[in-house]
Amino acid sequence: MKRSADKRKRPKGGVHRRTAATARKRNASTARPVEIAVLVGTRKCALIYRGDSSRRRWRVDGPHFLGHIIDHIVLDPRDRRTLLAAARTGHLGPTVFRSLDMGKTWTEATRPPMFGRPPEGMAERAVDHTCSLTPALAGEPGVWYAGTSPAGLFRSEDGGATWSELEGFNRNRMLPKWAPPENVTPDNQAFGAVLIDPRQASHMYYSSSAAGVLETSDGGESWRPLNCNVEANFLPDPYPEYGQDTHCLAMHPRNPDRLYQQNHCGIYRLDRPGEEWLRIGRNMPAAVGDVGFGIVLDPRNADRAWVFPMDATATWPRTSPDGKPAVYQTRDGGASWKRQDRGFPREHAYFTVLRQAFAGDGLDPLGLYFGTTSGELWISNNEGEEWTQAAAHLQRILSVEATVLG
Amino acid sequence: MRVIIPSQLRSYTRGAAEVEMTGASLVEVLANLDAAFPGIRFRMIDELGRIRPHIRIFVARELVRTLDVPLKPNDEVHIVGALSGG
Repeated sequence: MKRSADKRKRPKGGVHRRTAATARKRNASTARPVEIAVLVGTRKCALIYRGDSSRRRWRVDGPHFLGHIIDHIVLDPRDRRTLLAAARTGHLGPTVFRSLDMGKTWTEATRPPMFGRPPEGMAERAVDHTCSLTPALAGEPGVWYAGTSPAGLFRSEDGGATWSELEGFNRNRMLPKWAPPENVTPDNQAFGAVLIDPRQASHMYYSSSAAGVLETSDGGESWRPLNCNVEANFLPDPYPEYGQDTHCLAMHPRNPDRLYQQNHCGIYRLDRPGEEWLRIGRNMPAAVGDVGFGIVLDPRNADRAWVFPMDATATWPRTSPDGKPAVYQTRDGGASWKRQDRGFPREHAYFTVLRQAFAGDGLDPLGLYFGTTSGELWISNNEGEEWTQAAAHLQRILSVEATVLG
Repeated sequence: MRVIIPSQLRSYTRGAAEVEMTGASLVEVLANLDAAFPGIRFRMIDELGRIRPHIRIFVARELVRTLDVPLKPNDEVHIVGALSGG
């Protein structure tokens, strides 16, 4: 944090920028060598790209689960070798695979996420797929959360081998109102994911394409909406208590009171214990707008974030505005945004980047990664200043995670 | 009885395209199949007991849509993965 603050104080000028860049290059080259794994889930397989801290050369490991839809593949940051993958196929039902050796071998969960009999008055449901996998805190080894479509939350306490319903959520009498079964995308999908407060495991947020943001302070036994000031312009009441479409919710790892969300209707920030979201996307260029899916934070600076805006004009194409891909970065908590497009095609590039397909690696300088629905993997090793296409001709990319292995 | 396994599920049967099972109903055969090859049932039958949308099950060459189907000892159960798109 201190170093980031110092960076902000530097006067803007070519000499100073070059000095900073030189220092970064020196840091990157003299730092302890690290290995990075970029986990890519696609509509037909998972791929693991492994590289060093230069983030210029990658070797690909895979395909894993060829023919499977891999909605999310995640490395356990607590041991940096356990992988969980949420999988299904066009024919076969949803399951979770896990590997204890970085993908050399996989075993299937003996009880994957599945709904039990609901309480009286609530409809029976079946899991269509697991859309998100979230490792719990370091103090809870083996604990994971899974979000499903239709809206459900599951918890594993044995490293993903068996999953149980989070009953305070799945059997909550408000759930049919928070996440009505008809609130799904045209391909019949809903999204939900958990974020855990690193200071207190029982304090969690649930981000949802149907309910907006929900919060629990008791480990998931009870939940309440947290959507004040967030627009839902597709509903009769454009500022309802719940019903917003949160595409991606992010909590700053060192300042967990700072939340950002990329919403269906814009980019927002919330500083807890505040309750009212601020639409920081209003500060984006009007011609670009503030609609997108993913948002990535700088782990060293809570004021810094990146988004990948997409066209939300009349028919909601949700492709790069004007066919010119760019990320936008803020360094001041969303008060201003800077376009970063060096390395991208200059025209006729209609990228769509889904909500779990934009990630950072945590290194300094931060590496940024995104996958497109057209099967391209793009990487920046310098915080978005320059982008390189690392892979093409993959299938529709559903998720990208970047992790330092050690 | 003979149960024919589609290619999509042979990772569970260690590559076997056919297996021998017993059971007086489709429910029983699928339960026995899952006991022998753990996890296989949930990939084709959801937690509400419904055959998944792109799985077809034929008993004695007749398409069945539910699991409450009585079986005779020589009936053949043919599981097919079908029509899931590209």
